Amino acid sequence: MKKEYYNPEDLNKFGEITKWNKELGERFFEYYNKVFEEGALTAREKSLIALAVAHVVQCPYCIDAYTKDGLQRGIENEEMMEAVHVGAAIKSGAVLVHGVQMMNRYDQLSM
Amino acid sequence: MAKKSLKARKSELSDTKRQLELLSTGVFETGTLPLFKEKLKQHQLSALQPHPLEVLQINMGYMCNQVCAHCHVDAGPDRKEYITKITMNACIKVMQSQAIQTVDLTGGAPEMHPDFRWFVEQIRSQTQVKEIIVRSNLTIILANKKYHDLPLFFAKHQVHVVSSLPFYKRNKTDRQRGSGVFDSSIKALEMLNTVGYGKPGTGLLLDLVYNPSGAFLPGDQAALEQDYKNALNTDFGLVFNQLFALTNLPISRFLDYLIASENYEEYMTNLVNAFNPTAAKNVMCTTTLSVSWDGYLYDCDFNQMLGLKVASKRNHISEFDAQVLQNREIQVSQHCYGCTAGSGSSCQGAIA
Repeated sequence: MKKEYYNPEDLNKFGEITKWNKELGERFFEYYNKVFEEGALTAREKSLIALAVAHVVQCPYCIDAYTKDGLQRGIENEEMMEAVHVGAAIKSGAVLVHGVQMMNRYDQLSM
Repeated sequence: MAKKSLKARKSELSDTKRQLELLSTGVFETGTLPLFKEKLKQHQLSALQPHPLEVLQINMGYMCNQVCAHCHVDAGPDRKEYITKITMNACIKVMQSQAIQTVDLTGGAPEMHPDFRWFVEQIRSQTQVKEIIVRSNLTIILANKKYHDLPLFFAKHQVHVVSSLPFYKRNKTDRQRGSGVFDSSIKALEMLNTVGYGKPGTGLLLDLVYNPSGAFLPGDQAALEQDYKNALNTDFGLVFNQLFALTNLPISRFLDYLIASENYEEYMTNLVNAFNPTAAKNVMCTTTLSVSWDGYLYDCDFNQMLGLKVASKRNHISEFDAQVLQNREIQVSQHCYGCTAGSGSSCQGAIA
């Protein structure tokens, strides 16, 4: 058995998930491809959102995929890093906003 | 950016046989990835056959004022191969006898050839060729005083200028093509715009070529063209006609880069996975013949750089025989995946 949980080559096999459940797999990919089409948001904007989310959910496959996708679209490294900071800010904000809950609880329990 | 050609560095990849060996072994030998021929069969496509000849692409020589990191020609100032007037005259003879629509002059930097202007004048005065393309690296126009009037020369002879500009920002362009290349390119584009190139109503066509600065495929050509147009117009007031998004083919210096950066297998996997049968039906080698500086014939410029002459007994421009050449089978190897990936790639950009 392999010792690593993540193997970069597995990204190329993503499509194979349809083998064990064709209907749901195909519906997923249909949905996925539709989401990334040009719409009210451009495909370029969606690519940057995907990159930020990829970092927040800490998916190494998605980070590889959307860094390359960004390069292909001419997205520059400054833009990519700003997107990652947006993700980081929301993630850290989500931690810190719970501090209010901690403060409320603290005050409730204290004399 | 490299300072010398692979040939001057005596790199093993300057040997075309070594390149072809690399492209046929490894992942292609183990069966991890299919050979290009097999891929065609998987999609019920027959071996590539030529259609009537439309484009004669002539390589004027490998000398260039730049040494770009991705160059498939391995061109540079240290390359001395030049086409002779005898071969140029043989090309003109073919242009006179065949219904060739377009002559595509490439290099190296074709303008550096001492008889470049003579050749353009001869094509215009002695043949019915509709379109003459020059593949200009732009910086040549500023490289020496003797080239400063090239925009006027191009305009006088209605030459269609196709220029490389890897990106609309300085950093990526200079990383691929050398320090200062972006600023020189912008200045050269200004000079071309000044004489009317890229401007509506002038008939003077100025197209730009984008190719990725790294181990990834080009994105959507139309979207990139819009980004280029917006950026070049906003930042520099420049205009151009079309953008051609080209895929870097895994040969010569780009192959050297892929191997050195350990991107080769991933890049080849990307190319194979992005195989597009529609692009495969429209590949440029079906309507183009490439002539090397020493007069030999190739199915395309990439095959020329791999030393893969046309599979025909008549493989030299001096013994051109349209009928015999028409019956040949186009030579392919795994580099051909570069022209069939995604929207496809040709000297005129996307093909699908």
